[in-house]
Amino acid sequence: MSLPAVVEHLKLYRQMLTIRLAEQACGKLFADGAIPGFIHLSIGQEAVSAGIMSALTNADTIASTHRGHGHALAKGLSLSGFFRELMGRANGVCGGRGGSMHVADFSVGMLGANGIVGGGIAIALGSGLAHKLRGTQAVSVAFFGDGAMAEGVLHESLNIASLLPAPVFFACEANGWSEFSPTSAQISFTLEALAASYRIPFHRIDGNDVRKVSAIAKEIITTIRESGRPIVVECVTRRVRGHFEGDPQRYRTDTEQAVDPLSFTRAALAAEGVAPDALDDIDREVEAEVQAAIASAAESPLPSFASAQAGVYAAAMP
Amino acid sequence: MTEMRYAHAINRALDDAMAADRTVLLLGEDIGKAGGSFAVTRGLQEKYGADRVIDTPISENALGGMAVGLALSGFRPVIEIMFMDFMALTMDALVNQAAKAHFMFGGQSSVPLVVRTQHGGGLNAGPQHSQCLEAWFAHIPGLKLVCPSSLEDAYGLLRQAIDDPNPVIFVEHKAMYPIKGDLPEHRAKLEIGTARLVRPGTDVTIVSYGGMMREAIKAVDLLAAENVSAELIDLRSIQPWDEASVLASLARTHHLVVAHEAVEAFGVGAEIVARMADIGFDELDGPIIRVGAPFMPVPFSRELEASYIPAAAQIVDAARRALK
Repeated sequence: MSLPAVVEHLKLYRQMLTIRLAEQACGKLFADGAIPGFIHLSIGQEAVSAGIMSALTNADTIASTHRGHGHALAKGLSLSGFFRELMGRANGVCGGRGGSMHVADFSVGMLGANGIVGGGIAIALGSGLAHKLRGTQAVSVAFFGDGAMAEGVLHESLNIASLLPAPVFFACEANGWSEFSPTSAQISFTLEALAASYRIPFHRIDGNDVRKVSAIAKEIITTIRESGRPIVVECVTRRVRGHFEGDPQRYRTDTEQAVDPLSFTRAALAAEGVAPDALDDIDREVEAEVQAAIASAAESPLPSFASAQAGVYAAAMP
Repeated sequence: MTEMRYAHAINRALDDAMAADRTVLLLGEDIGKAGGSFAVTRGLQEKYGADRVIDTPISENALGGMAVGLALSGFRPVIEIMFMDFMALTMDALVNQAAKAHFMFGGQSSVPLVVRTQHGGGLNAGPQHSQCLEAWFAHIPGLKLVCPSSLEDAYGLLRQAIDDPNPVIFVEHKAMYPIKGDLPEHRAKLEIGTARLVRPGTDVTIVSYGGMMREAIKAVDLLAAENVSAELIDLRSIQPWDEASVLASLARTHHLVVAHEAVEAFGVGAEIVARMADIGFDELDGPIIRVGAPFMPVPFSRELEASYIPAAAQIVDAARRALK
């Protein structure tokens, strides 16, 4: 491994670790009642977020899902803005009005997590069309889970993206679960065949190997920038937690150990000659960053109802 | 003044908006090459190109979502949903995405999106091509909805809707497209949320909007023949609606009738009546009467549809009851 390649790999590791530690903290804060509502954790799927986002710039846009913490953090949401939002604070990224399912940061091209399965797909299509109409080479990424393959809007959006064409990276995070049912019980087709129906190129990636995800995503993004045409990518991974935190998962039969992308990457880095001490240092730094963000959120003010009520409509530009 | 048809006034508003602002885009089914199923967008693709007047497949759900994505990215998309009944297929994009993005993202973004659609009966289009569903959208915080009855209002409200940073549903009436009227040479934008006093009167206030305005005008004339002086208000905007103008009129006449083509039950009229029964209670000298379609799907046959759509005689009867 060349030094720059190892440095890049360490960056990916750090990004995945940030998501993992942030989400583990979310789980604790949720159990303690400090995060209200519903949260859906992407533990075990971090390589997809870190890998794909490593191929993007701030000019590129993404529309995410209800399981969107990893997408948001990897796209550039600050940890403090993230925790403040999930803890319902006035200075959260969305002023405490959206919460976990609606984290967004338009300044980094993160057009929102989404509480509706498949809800972000057509939004990403519109964003991709906007990039095209502006004549930029930016790309939009439509994240969706394998459960969303059953939503009609995916089919409509693939058709339109192919016809226009629009520079959209359709990123399916195939974690094996459609809420409380195995996806195999809900989907009668393959994403590969679906993409072929719309004449869109298809790739299947091992979604647990961040270096592979990153390398292939970079190639694909370059192709989309040059061609202006959509590509469908299936990132095969595994949902480790329940559909939502607190889900007792009595329906679950997949008890075999999933490949943990974080341990996998840590082991690969060690094999590349990175000293264990250096990795431990990164672990401590990231843990400190997460704890600092949580502490700052806990001290942050609660939002005012009057301000929320005044925020339903945008004011006209003078 | 230029005489033209209602459909042409809408076309003129789109044309002027596109000329004024390069971020204005039109998207919809058969709006480009075909010029729209009611010819409202005719000629615009030739003038502005296929990049700004975009024909889409018959995919209302993705069309709505795509428009949200464009609006979040700095464009001002105006989408056409061919019949208001088909808005059922856009509901997630409009209700869960467009209406809430500004609010739930903490004001980071706005959604300057216009949905043009048309409602109403009169063409025997049957149960799935005739419904007036404006109450659905008026019920959703974050959306605006306007329903103009005149060429001048259609022009002014559409220009304003396109300028508005929020999602606006612009509801046309299919039976009105061929109607001729005058559009002033100086074509002005019209503030959303302002009603128009169409006829001053002293005995009873009639509030209406959209296609039902034609029947309401007839009703005012019929009432005049009975020596009843009716004041007629065209609401023009449904969300927000001009509560102050309605209340001011009620304070003059002390009697109120609300008439619309949509089903009466749980409709726009119910909201107006409820508000006036609250804030206008001291002004009322009689019951507030609603006129709307019966609680049934819009029937197809000429005879059935004619009986279904509220007519001037029902508004007259309602005014008599209000005054009794």
